Amino acid sequence: MNGRRIAFRDARLIDPASGLDVKGGLLVENGRIADIGPRLFNDAEPTDPEVINCHGLVLAPGLIDCRVFTGEPGSEHRETLESASQAAAAGGVTTMIVMPNTDPVIDEPSLVDFILRRAAATAKVRVAPMAALTKGLAGEVMTEIGLLKEAGAVAFTDGDRAVANARVMRRALSYAATFDALVVGHAEDPELTQGAAVTEGEFATRLGLPAAPALAETMMVERDLRLVELTGVRYHFGQISCAASLEAIAAARARGLPVTCGVAAHHLVLNELDVGAYYTFRKVRPPLRSEADRSAMVEGVASGAIDVIVSSHEPQGADTKRQPFASAAFGAVGLETLLPAALQLHHEGRASLSHVLRALTAAPARLLGLNAGTLAKGAAADLVLIDPDEPFAVDAEALHSRARNTAFDGRKFQGRARATYVGGECVFERGRV
Amino acid sequence: MTSAHATPILKSGHLLGIEGLSPFEVTALLDLAETYVVQGRAADKKTALLKGRTLINLFFEASTRTQSSFELAAKRLGADTLNMAVKNSSVAKGETLIDTASTLNAMRPDILVVRHQDAGAAELLSRKLDCSVINAGDGAHEHPTQALLDALTIRRHLPKLNGGGFENLTVAICGDILHSRVARSNLRLLSMMGARVRLVAPRTLLPADAERFGVEIFTDMKAGLAGADIVMMLRLQLERMGGAFVPSAREYFRFYGLDRAKLAFAKPGALVMHPGPMNRGVEIASDIADDVEVSLISEQVEMGVAIRMAVLDALARGLARNQTESRGLS
Repeated sequence: MNGRRIAFRDARLIDPASGLDVKGGLLVENGRIADIGPRLFNDAEPTDPEVINCHGLVLAPGLIDCRVFTGEPGSEHRETLESASQAAAAGGVTTMIVMPNTDPVIDEPSLVDFILRRAAATAKVRVAPMAALTKGLAGEVMTEIGLLKEAGAVAFTDGDRAVANARVMRRALSYAATFDALVVGHAEDPELTQGAAVTEGEFATRLGLPAAPALAETMMVERDLRLVELTGVRYHFGQISCAASLEAIAAARARGLPVTCGVAAHHLVLNELDVGAYYTFRKVRPPLRSEADRSAMVEGVASGAIDVIVSSHEPQGADTKRQPFASAAFGAVGLETLLPAALQLHHEGRASLSHVLRALTAAPARLLGLNAGTLAKGAAADLVLIDPDEPFAVDAEALHSRARNTAFDGRKFQGRARATYVGGECVFERGRV
Repeated sequence: MTSAHATPILKSGHLLGIEGLSPFEVTALLDLAETYVVQGRAADKKTALLKGRTLINLFFEASTRTQSSFELAAKRLGADTLNMAVKNSSVAKGETLIDTASTLNAMRPDILVVRHQDAGAAELLSRKLDCSVINAGDGAHEHPTQALLDALTIRRHLPKLNGGGFENLTVAICGDILHSRVARSNLRLLSMMGARVRLVAPRTLLPADAERFGVEIFTDMKAGLAGADIVMMLRLQLERMGGAFVPSAREYFRFYGLDRAKLAFAKPGALVMHPGPMNRGVEIASDIADDVEVSLISEQVEMGVAIRMAVLDALARGLARNQTESRGLS
């Protein structure tokens, strides 16, 4: 790509980081954004560089997905960094933040290095790993946060596991604060949710499924908020799913605590009733909640109380999902449906396009301290061309992910990625742009 | 001449902590210790100052250097010493601390040197026994003779360091502050004498509200060492490296172990101290520990004997009066 120039013309440029939302053009040189402006390439078709006519489609920073589980290393039959990156590219995601919940667990500096090297060798998009907060995700012994951070871990988390022991958590948070490391927590009381498959309530009762109350999440949120107050650590709730949790977090933020939170796209679109006739692809952790909670999540994104939207992409195979509901594994793939599901907020008039994109670009970049998620001059040309209005139905068979366990098979959405660029290189194109 | 006729130094009949001592008392102890440095370097190291006196070392925690230092100090002053081996004693059979104290009291020692894993143990014994009690370390509370020997060591180098007194001296105490009685006694003593004290540690090893001691807190060791005259390293107990407070020894050394690169941030000519025993490659690099130009570690051990002789001498000056009053009549 040395010396290569690509010109995008007639685009709707949306850069949530700067608040820019304007018609214009963008020039990429040597993989970086060289120029951007309303009149760029407006009149003449420049002949020298490669010109891409965007026909008024949205050109935005590539999405950053803060919560991606892959199967590499250890469960490559479900998903590799390479196959996840194909799905990411097709979903407009240019940076995947991968979770340490692998086999072996990413709790060693050499394993962070392994992920970075494997990603550089095989993935089509950028990959940044989070490392485990406790060794082996066992919730007992803190990891080498200083060395892991130096190795390239962007945050510390036990993924979809909560650290049950408050003494261990207190010391891990305190130690993380020493290195100004970001801790990403999972809020679910492990004892209260043991064996539970869905959220407690009338529908769970009718289905006869083991269930846990939503407060299993809120209790943990409240505990962790107190520990944040004690330790001063920067803390992000990886994903929350109910109104009471959001209220607690908003109140803590109002008190000045350094806390943020995310929500999974499926919690913005689906509620507990969507489990329907024991549909295991909608068995997720935390579980789909009541309509009031779903609605609160949408409102939280719209108001900015929720900072980021994530896919919580979690590939599972037929072996783990073709099971009776209570025995089936948790998780749904989501890299390719992240943007369409999030755009629903825009189409329902709950938030502007720029606001929705902020939760997928500038907000996660800021949270993780990534030099990405912006259209600023000099930034890496990680871009997504979005047709925000194109109607389509999700086809599980057409997904690029190795696993096909989408919670949205057959679901009609409006708007998706048309093309994705990483460092100015096109890594995905849907039809002719 | 007996010590009873010399000028009294300590107001109290015990040495339980630096807390409660005055700068005058500290200075007098250090001055007295200087004479014992000279005595310790002479061919004949022994006097009869404490002839007839009995000192009992009662160590509930294993100790090599502190116990032998007290024993040697007492012997050089002519006292009879007894080391109670707690592991084989009635304490191991479940006797309470108070019962042990009563038993010892009946043996009529003059000075009891006690180390115990629980904070306040020396204080408790001082209230139950008729003899003088010296705290040789109680839990994470105080270890006054260590702070005094450190002060003596530092004072001997002040002319080179800043050409003056403890004022304008910056001491960085680094490592496991949370569990350290050495740190607590040192920061009390050094602050009292006018030195600027900094604490350097990961947050898991910093006690709550440490800044209330009037010290500066650093979690970045390079920043904490910047401009320091003295770098005082603390021992990290092995059981605390395994993840409870610090994830591993290698991570600890990387961020909080004293090596050349970190020491370079301290003032040129800065000196390094360690109360021992050292974990080489954990809190201190071997080349620094062994560098006689930089390390005061061996000198600390020598000053330890001298300061303990001074403390025994000072306490004995009060002892004679006590005996007449409380024991002579019984």
